[in-house]
Amino acid sequence: MSTPVLELSGISKNFGAVQALNQVDLTVSAGEVVALLGDNGAGKSTLVKVIAGVNPADSGDVLFEGQQVSINRPADAQRLGIATIYQDLALCDNLDIVANLFLGVEKTAFGALDEVEMERRALKLLDSLSVKMPSLRVPVASLSGGQRQIIAIARSLLGEPKVVLLDEPTAALGVAQTAQVLDLIERLRDRGLGVILISHNMADVRAVADRAAVLRLGRNAGDFNVEETSYEQIVAAITGASDNPVSRRSERTPATRTEEA
Amino acid sequence: MAQQTPVSNDTANDAPVAQDPRLIVTRTTPAGILATLRRRIRGGELGPLPVIVGLILICVVFQLLHERFLSPQNLSNLTVQVAAVGLMTTGVIMVLLLGEIDLSIGSVAGAASAVLAVLAVRVGIPEWGAIAAAAGAGLVIGILHGTIFAKIGVPAFVVTLAGLLGWQGVQLQLLGSDGTVNISDTGAIAALTHTYFVPSFGWGIAVVAVGVFVAFTLVGERRRAAAGLVAMSPLEIAVRSLALAVPVFGSVYVLNQYKGVPLAFLIFVGFVVAFDLMLRKTRYGRMVFAVGGGAEAARRAGINVDLIRISVFGLASMLSAMGGILLVSRSFSASLDTGAGEELMMAIAAAVIGGTSLFGGRGNAYSALLGGLVLGAITSGLYLLQMGTPVRFMITALVLLIAVTLDAMSRRSRRVHARGG
Repeated sequence: MSTPVLELSGISKNFGAVQALNQVDLTVSAGEVVALLGDNGAGKSTLVKVIAGVNPADSGDVLFEGQQVSINRPADAQRLGIATIYQDLALCDNLDIVANLFLGVEKTAFGALDEVEMERRALKLLDSLSVKMPSLRVPVASLSGGQRQIIAIARSLLGEPKVVLLDEPTAALGVAQTAQVLDLIERLRDRGLGVILISHNMADVRAVADRAAVLRLGRNAGDFNVEETSYEQIVAAITGASDNPVSRRSERTPATRTEEA
Repeated sequence: MAQQTPVSNDTANDAPVAQDPRLIVTRTTPAGILATLRRRIRGGELGPLPVIVGLILICVVFQLLHERFLSPQNLSNLTVQVAAVGLMTTGVIMVLLLGEIDLSIGSVAGAASAVLAVLAVRVGIPEWGAIAAAAGAGLVIGILHGTIFAKIGVPAFVVTLAGLLGWQGVQLQLLGSDGTVNISDTGAIAALTHTYFVPSFGWGIAVVAVGVFVAFTLVGERRRAAAGLVAMSPLEIAVRSLALAVPVFGSVYVLNQYKGVPLAFLIFVGFVVAFDLMLRKTRYGRMVFAVGGGAEAARRAGINVDLIRISVFGLASMLSAMGGILLVSRSFSASLDTGAGEELMMAIAAAVIGGTSLFGGRGNAYSALLGGLVLGAITSGLYLLQMGTPVRFMITALVLLIAVTLDAMSRRSRRVHARGG
């Protein structure tokens, strides 16, 4: 494995009396998709917010390309090259696709917005991702859920990030749209980006992830090579026991084993 | 969808500028323009169409009822009358774009008018200095409102409701027991609303305005075509230029029939144009729309949401203060009820009638001009017909209700069409 682009060690975060993260480690390398797994309340979202600078960690070290860094604000993460795509709240519904893609990083010429340059680059970017859109000048409110997710992911690429965090990118999507988003994740990996994928969907994880890092109750609960690890092992790590509702269910009905966790 | 007509482009033959097949927007043929218009109306993108139709209807009805309504003198007076509240409306639009409301604009205008009169008359500083100080006072007041709203998290409704009371108190305190301060009728303050330009100056401004618009449109569309993007056809450019030139030259012609283009109206239109350009063409304007459309998304895109909110409230109150200055200028005095009457309601109503949404993130600066003219025309027409305030309030309420209904309906229509892709 190449040198990690992002390396977190000993990250802890408290919310009042609740220890949301306790000495958590996580690494991601360039050209690698790491799935971040865990049950509800395991601390996945908290860890994402730590990396994105929305909720800084109380303690712990963050190494970015081998350098010690501190991420205290979203702008810090963006400057380093860490892009975060949230499940929702990522786009401004009233703005068109081009405006959303360049939100916060608008191109200007002589102090005015350079719409031509932005639209040209937006077209190029979406072409390079093989993304099809009806028009770049419609408000994103008129797009489907999958298209919105793709726009949100595409937007993060404009900043030439090195690490992309995806928070449940396929949670609200249909089958075809999920496939589109998974294709896009693979293209990100092929571009040499480090991808952290948060998902509840084991099928998605097995489809695109190289590694699976499991959190349980705010602590590391295992780091697996997805290809060499069985579905049951990962589920056991997520639930904290080999005897868990998922395994009991699959023993009862071996023929219809579900890939959903 | 009509067949896409390729853009003929002699200069870029070697570069592949084939139309992007994914774009369904066909704007290069008359049929395509019509189709775009139809799709927009169906999708709830009404734009300025309803208010323009309404304005024309109002003018026709009043002209039929009273032959002097469309006379140059009445129209000239109308443009001066709408200027003060129009500036306040421009400020309100900024706040509405954020999805917030500013209830203090009338009181801020009143407080600024008191500052202006006290400084210019009682303290005796030069009138230009007093004008700047009054506008500056508005800016400071707005920044105070914005800071309490953005940093502490008190709802803007409540902050500005407190402002509505508090700044009126300041106004009464400043003016003191006399209640009214009369200003010089020959000074700079009075000149703001009592200056008319000679006809040639009005024509010059019209030519420059339309010329700049056409030049920028031509250059912009040529750049778009050169970059391989969908550009407007020459026909569409001509139609748009004509749509601007006819009202601009028409207004100058009519105003020149009376005393010429009034300075007050020019100030108002100048601010509307400046704010429109700021909202549509600058990063700041884009950020204002982004915060109005989704504050959390804007924050996560790295936009300083608090700063945007504070600055918008600052600008809004500064424009209210300027509206107050024009109120003083017109009546040659600052009194206890300057800005304390219907100005607040009329300013908000004009913004909504002009097409700015109450739900945030949708609207434009031209709403101030269009909405202001609609309300001004109703006021002026009813005055000519010698109908009093009761009828005017009822009719204004009806127009406002229609505007808000259209806003709510187009919002619902957008939702219905939203997930159609």
